[in-house]
Amino acid sequence: MPNIWHQYSEKVMEHFENPHNVGEMENPDGIGHVGNPMCGDIMELYIRVKDNIITEAKFKTFGCGAAIATSSMVTEMVKGETVEEALKISNQAVAEALGGLPPVKMHCSVLAEEALRSAINDYLNKSKKED
Amino acid sequence: MRKYARKMKRIYLDYAATTPAHPEVVKAMQSYYSNAFGNSSSIHSYGQETREAIEIARKKVAALINARSEEIIFTSGGTEADNLALKGIAYTSKDRGNHIITSSIEHHAVMETCDFLKEQGFRITCVPVDKYGLINPEDVKKAITDKTILISIMHANNEVGTIQPIAEIGKLAREADILFHTDAVQTVGHIPVDVNEIRADLLSTSAHKLYGPKGVGALYVRKGTKITSLLHGGEQENRRRAGTHNTPAIVGFGKAAELAQKELQHESKHLTSLRNKLINGLQKQVEHIYLNGHPTKRLPNNANIRVDFVEGEAMLLSLDLEGIAISTGSACSSSNLKPSHILTAIGLQPDQAHSSLRLSLGRETTEEDIGRVLEVLPQIIARLRAMSPLTKSSMQEKTNA
Repeated sequence: MPNIWHQYSEKVMEHFENPHNVGEMENPDGIGHVGNPMCGDIMELYIRVKDNIITEAKFKTFGCGAAIATSSMVTEMVKGETVEEALKISNQAVAEALGGLPPVKMHCSVLAEEALRSAINDYLNKSKKED
Repeated sequence: MRKYARKMKRIYLDYAATTPAHPEVVKAMQSYYSNAFGNSSSIHSYGQETREAIEIARKKVAALINARSEEIIFTSGGTEADNLALKGIAYTSKDRGNHIITSSIEHHAVMETCDFLKEQGFRITCVPVDKYGLINPEDVKKAITDKTILISIMHANNEVGTIQPIAEIGKLAREADILFHTDAVQTVGHIPVDVNEIRADLLSTSAHKLYGPKGVGALYVRKGTKITSLLHGGEQENRRRAGTHNTPAIVGFGKAAELAQKELQHESKHLTSLRNKLINGLQKQVEHIYLNGHPTKRLPNNANIRVDFVEGEAMLLSLDLEGIAISTGSACSSSNLKPSHILTAIGLQPDQAHSSLRLSLGRETTEEDIGRVLEVLPQIIARLRAMSPLTKSSMQEKTNA
């Protein structure tokens, strides 16, 4: 197996060693649960939404260094954004914010994007029901 | 390449991947680069002296596995030895049959060579293993047909360390008059290997796994066994492996074999004790840690553990940042994202395979090194488990049950 982390940027290492927004959230407004054990990555992402703005985001991740770093980064990026803006955050943007990812690790950024969308969709579904 | 953030003594626990060349090995090799540099095929005195050095090395390698000198073919390493054994016998025996028996936990050098032979029209039977990674010789026996030309079963597994009952398999192969090959890359120089006791007709070994240099290995071929060469273009190795001898590496291999024979018993005892200390220490400190492979029928230096709820690469990376080098069965970095075929063959679920670590000890491993791992790894596991979504639900399930 190649020593992939020597291709990790300083930013990825920073977020791996000291990830932001780790943990669960009590009564979140949206939960995203993506990934599968087969590929070795599972992400759970929680958001709190107030007046259409994401005020808080947290995550729990089972995965490699890149999976933890992308989870950490996406939860940072989404804070303060409107729901519509948050839906526009792409995996490319997450990877770029981390100073790039090794090609074989791009799937981790895809998973981060999917986790975010899944959490937002959960929020949107719940709010529809309440309407 | 990222520099280590903290200055510290590095600890190498990946001896199953490769070992450092012994200083005496390096010393023995040196003069064959520039002083005694002759081509062993040359007739003059320069050729003569390298020829002699190669034959001395051959004797030492042969002695380590209780073979005769003329039964040793030097190769470029374990991979070539495996390729030569399988393809060489397949080509030679193709008129007798087209069936080869192997196992589901072989090294890629055997597995992918079998895949290649399959494309060439050979039929391959893969016998399964149990949850400890053990092959049942009865399964091998049942797989034999009148078209079987070769049985290739590894001596000990490179990942989980399980030692196979190859003497029994060798016996049944001999009784059925079928050639028996074993990939002994992980065992030669580490546990006793005697080609006559295990009745091997072919056996692969590699120098860099036993404190020798990289780029050299050997295939033992029992006297009288016909084998087709893979490399043509010279008379070296009795025309069975053409190419100018890599004299320094072969000399180094000989020295490493000689040292291994002397140190084998002491080393295996020492490593078994350190290895057990490591496994017991981890299991005592951390919940939900399980040993992969067989508890006793295993390589003295191998500890392969499953750390539930945490992914292997994240642990590996964290340990590397602490200067501790290990390996993982997770394939989070490989392009197909599939976990190790060995770990899935012993029945691990994909997430369990992704959670497995291999720590392999060696000659330079100390009590202090093990102490440091026991101090650092539990902290890393705790940190990553706190982040893992699998931790909570699984722990609750277990408590409820």
